[in-house]
Amino acid sequence: MGNNGGFENRFGMNTRLINWFGYASPATFYPLAGKMIPWFWALAALFGIAGLYVGFFVAPTDAQQGEGYRIIFIHVPASWMSMFIYLVMAFWAALGLGFNTRLSGMMATSLAPTGALMAFLSLWTGALWGKPMWGAWWVWDARLTSELILFFLYIGFIALQSAIDDPRRADKAGAVLALVGVVNIPIIYFSVKWWNTLHQGASVSLTRSPSMAQTMLWGMLLMALAFWMYAIAVSLTRVRAIILERERHAGWVEELEEVAT
Amino acid sequence: MKPRHKRFALIGGGLAVIGIAAVLVLNAFQSNLVFFFTPTQIAAGEAPKGKTFRIGGLVKDGSLQRQSDGLTVQFVVTDTAKEFTVAYTGILPDLFREGKGVVAQGKLGENGLFTASEVLAKHDENYMPPEAQHAVDEAHKAARTVKQ
Repeated sequence: MGNNGGFENRFGMNTRLINWFGYASPATFYPLAGKMIPWFWALAALFGIAGLYVGFFVAPTDAQQGEGYRIIFIHVPASWMSMFIYLVMAFWAALGLGFNTRLSGMMATSLAPTGALMAFLSLWTGALWGKPMWGAWWVWDARLTSELILFFLYIGFIALQSAIDDPRRADKAGAVLALVGVVNIPIIYFSVKWWNTLHQGASVSLTRSPSMAQTMLWGMLLMALAFWMYAIAVSLTRVRAIILERERHAGWVEELEEVAT
Repeated sequence: MKPRHKRFALIGGGLAVIGIAAVLVLNAFQSNLVFFFTPTQIAAGEAPKGKTFRIGGLVKDGSLQRQSDGLTVQFVVTDTAKEFTVAYTGILPDLFREGKGVVAQGKLGENGLFTASEVLAKHDENYMPPEAQHAVDEAHKAARTVKQ
């Protein structure tokens, strides 16, 4: 079942309009990812510039916090992404465990460092924001603590994977850890609802209209899109490197222009 | 059952077990995960006695009193049902305001006075320009006058 052709026949996917399992083959995915990366970088730059412009020049001063609130344009997108990337990572991990596909594990591995970066940014900007506004860099309330646990989960995932030499076994062990850690995501999200926390409730949620001025919201959403595109661009770049490393003995890799020259 | 189905069943079952375990653990931790107690909870005796804990609520309008040394303050924390007086010596955070959220850490004395060693400001999730805030305040005032 090592090659892609056997996979397709077994699942009878050939008859579908789009052959999704075809993209699960590293050999097919590698060039596709290469083609998509510049587009995601361009979108990241575009949304980032627009978001920063709106955030710094269009969005009004906040009535309570003055100019200091503007750190929200980094803090909130980073926090969202730290949670969302974990969900995506766990999704790939589950797919890898279930279908035994090689690419899924590589996707999970490639997402972890970006997720860790986002969690770190969230904690760091939160500390910078907390000191002037709340009066403390750090408090052990449920929201902050669960986000810190998320950061440790990412670090633990990376450490566990790099501790195991066999990549397929590393993928499996990492996948189990990633899936166990999923429990933490709803805890982070609902912590401000379930318990008394120093961290305020959500300004933007799916169930009710946002409690912030329109232009502030726009700045935040644009920055979130920029972070999203950036995360996709760097993870695709990383997954390409992982594919090359793990498939270096495969014929198609040796035929690649960038490898041959 | 194909091996693939078996794996899915294992993953699904494992996730369900972890989820249930998490719910049980969180339920057991419920009270310990509370960052602060509201005045109503304290009045009902839920806060630890003779120990340091945090009280959280709104600073009652017009209750802030400064001593002549400029550092010692007294204010009333309320959740609109019950209230406690808090005494604190030190610098208040920028966002500390009457009518806004506050979390103070300290001990509750026998006389009902809460002596705080740390005061944190808790702000809400609303972000708006000063003009909008002004309009909201005016509307509240108008609504209050109509009621009276």
